[in-house]
Amino acid sequence: MDILNALVAFANFVFVPGLAYGAQLAIGALGVTLIYGILRFSNFAHGDTMAFGTAITIIVTTALTGLGITFGPLPTALIALPFGILGTILLLLGTDWAVYKFYRQQKASPVILVIVSMGVMFVMNGIVRFIIGVREVNFADGERFIITAREFRTMTGLNEGLAIKTTQAIAVVVAFIVMALLFWFLNKTRTGKSMRAFSDNEDLALLSGINPDWVVKVTWMIVAALATTAGVLYGLDKSFRAFTYFQLLLPIFAAAIVGGLGNPIGAIAGGFVIAFSEVTITYAWKKVLTYLLPEPLEPDGLVQLLSTDYKFAVSFAILIIVLLFKPTGLFKGQSV
Amino acid sequence: MNPAVKNTFLFALVGVLLIGTGIIQGWNSTLVILNMGLISAIMALGVNLQWGFAGLFNIGVMGFVALGGLATVLVSTPPVPEAWEAGGLRILAGLVLGAATVVAAVMVQKRLQGRTRTLATLVILVGGFFLYRAVFDPGKVAVEAVNPAVSGNLGGLNLPILLSWPVGGLLAAGAAWVIGKTALGLRSDYLAIATLGIAEIVIAVMKNEDWLARGVKNVIGLDRPVPREIDLQNDPGFVERAASLGLDPITASTLYTKIGYAVLFTVVLLIILWLAQMALNSPWGRMMRAIRDNEVAAEAMGKDVTARHLQIFILGSAICGIAGAMMTTLDGQLTPGTYQPLRFTFLIWVMVIVGGSGNNFGAILGGMLIWWLWVQVEPLGLGLMNILSAGLAEDSALRDRLIDSAAHMRLLTMGLILLLVLRFSPRGLIPER
Repeated sequence: MDILNALVAFANFVFVPGLAYGAQLAIGALGVTLIYGILRFSNFAHGDTMAFGTAITIIVTTALTGLGITFGPLPTALIALPFGILGTILLLLGTDWAVYKFYRQQKASPVILVIVSMGVMFVMNGIVRFIIGVREVNFADGERFIITAREFRTMTGLNEGLAIKTTQAIAVVVAFIVMALLFWFLNKTRTGKSMRAFSDNEDLALLSGINPDWVVKVTWMIVAALATTAGVLYGLDKSFRAFTYFQLLLPIFAAAIVGGLGNPIGAIAGGFVIAFSEVTITYAWKKVLTYLLPEPLEPDGLVQLLSTDYKFAVSFAILIIVLLFKPTGLFKGQSV
Repeated sequence: MNPAVKNTFLFALVGVLLIGTGIIQGWNSTLVILNMGLISAIMALGVNLQWGFAGLFNIGVMGFVALGGLATVLVSTPPVPEAWEAGGLRILAGLVLGAATVVAAVMVQKRLQGRTRTLATLVILVGGFFLYRAVFDPGKVAVEAVNPAVSGNLGGLNLPILLSWPVGGLLAAGAAWVIGKTALGLRSDYLAIATLGIAEIVIAVMKNEDWLARGVKNVIGLDRPVPREIDLQNDPGFVERAASLGLDPITASTLYTKIGYAVLFTVVLLIILWLAQMALNSPWGRMMRAIRDNEVAAEAMGKDVTARHLQIFILGSAICGIAGAMMTTLDGQLTPGTYQPLRFTFLIWVMVIVGGSGNNFGAILGGMLIWWLWVQVEPLGLGLMNILSAGLAEDSALRDRLIDSAAHMRLLTMGLILLLVLRFSPRGLIPER
């Protein structure tokens, strides 16, 4: 029995990675849920929007480091992030003007908009490949670790080490700031309130003089900021590849739906639910259990419930379970 | 211009494009494009059945196509007796246990009430999972250890590969039944996400379960329904006939096998088209369209909407499965790593939308036309970039960049085509009548 070592092992392999991944998913899911709540369709191009924002950020990061500008111990990408957001805002406003506006005026059914977003997804995917190619890009610089496993071991004298990557800490901190800003905006400002009103009841909002064009524009801008931030945080923590961003679509949608589509708090909760289930179910528990159980009971195998290749299956299974038993999600979302 | 003339013109256009390819790039290229085009047309028919007839939004086409591919391996490859001895029965027992667990859980859900229900379901699922792993895992390890460089899987039934086409359809239909039972009651975009997820899971299973079809180690050298080129070249009779047509034996043999495939695929396409047309014009087809256009009204008329949706979902998926088996047969190998959603799900959707959803001829036209474009956009894009950058210096960075990016033209073009068609001709090239 060695509870302390078990706890550290758990924190190192499950809690910290899960928290960072959950923060990334939550910001991604916030973007999906906002589009669903206000523009009323599931945006399949969201993964590629994230990839676009990240690609711009990477290019600016490269330019900045080329000029000799860095952010000390923090990754330079954080300075480049506003430029990435700006680029994505332009792209999304342009897309809305060129593509979505027409269908909105026609009052097209949501499923048509979903198909339209499939077309946008293709185009964005192509654009991302144009500007940055298909190779894997690592753009995290600065200090790699806040605390390494070895430092932790010498500091505490435990067998197990706890390593915290700078990028993991940044993911959590930035996610927290972004969420705080978003909720302040939605709850306290006039525009934010009109967005919520628009999401609740479009006709009533129009009657009370809310300008729908402005609401839609602001929504796209916020979505651009959220998508770029989520993409950059994910890319810093892991690495950037256009294709993995497309695949993120599934866990992000799972998070948004599990939390309740259209509900921002739900999206955050959903992000962490999905992230922690993926990590816990695909983690090999042998190490933790060896510390916790008395010797005769120690497991022989890896005690891994599912191999890591099936992490999609986990988010998917949770999605299905929630949909079957609580179709509006954990927090009450909308259903159109 | 009346519709019949316009449609003939559109199909003639595809013919001209293919013949043009033949003249410029060689007849082998034409046949390669034609064969995949025929398969794409069948996939598009399947999606059209679901979307065009019933308004079901299935974006898991890739999964059904991959299941069809799996069928070719399970049907046509010879069994591996050592692997069956090592753990074949164990694996089967494990799978049966797994299925029994799920069935038991569903039964409990239906029969019991309240807290006992939740508790019983949890106990069954968790207990069943560990039992399944305990039985299944040793079998899997034993099978995968048998000669992993060449087999490491259980092998198939050693039957003719043509038989795998209907089997592929059945496999896909089975998967569709399971998905449909759980997800069809949900809203359209939830069904979309569910099918997207299932497709990814099917691919993950095929990549990782080596005992099934060797996973990412791939199965190569599958049987073929047409003679191999090398056999034809060694056949004096064939060489003589080729010579009498003025062809050298190598070109003649490659053309011969490809035409063989094209004939087989055309036969399948025509059968499915005939069935789909019959279905479209039958009372059943009219009921489907009525349900699509107004579910509430159809339900009020006493139509069982969920059951009809399930039916058509299974049929459409089965067609995709058949097409998947045909494609793997044509390739002669199963490579789970090559299944990409953009290529096998979303491209098929572009075909259906561009061709005209709700019209079977439209789906076929879309399949052939978009496939031709998909193949030709890259060389065309390279040509365009060469012209654009002709004025630039040989070593200019911009020139290199432009020429490099030609490789990524495909996705951009497909997206633009889809958006333009949706905007200016939302009913497609051959609209529903």
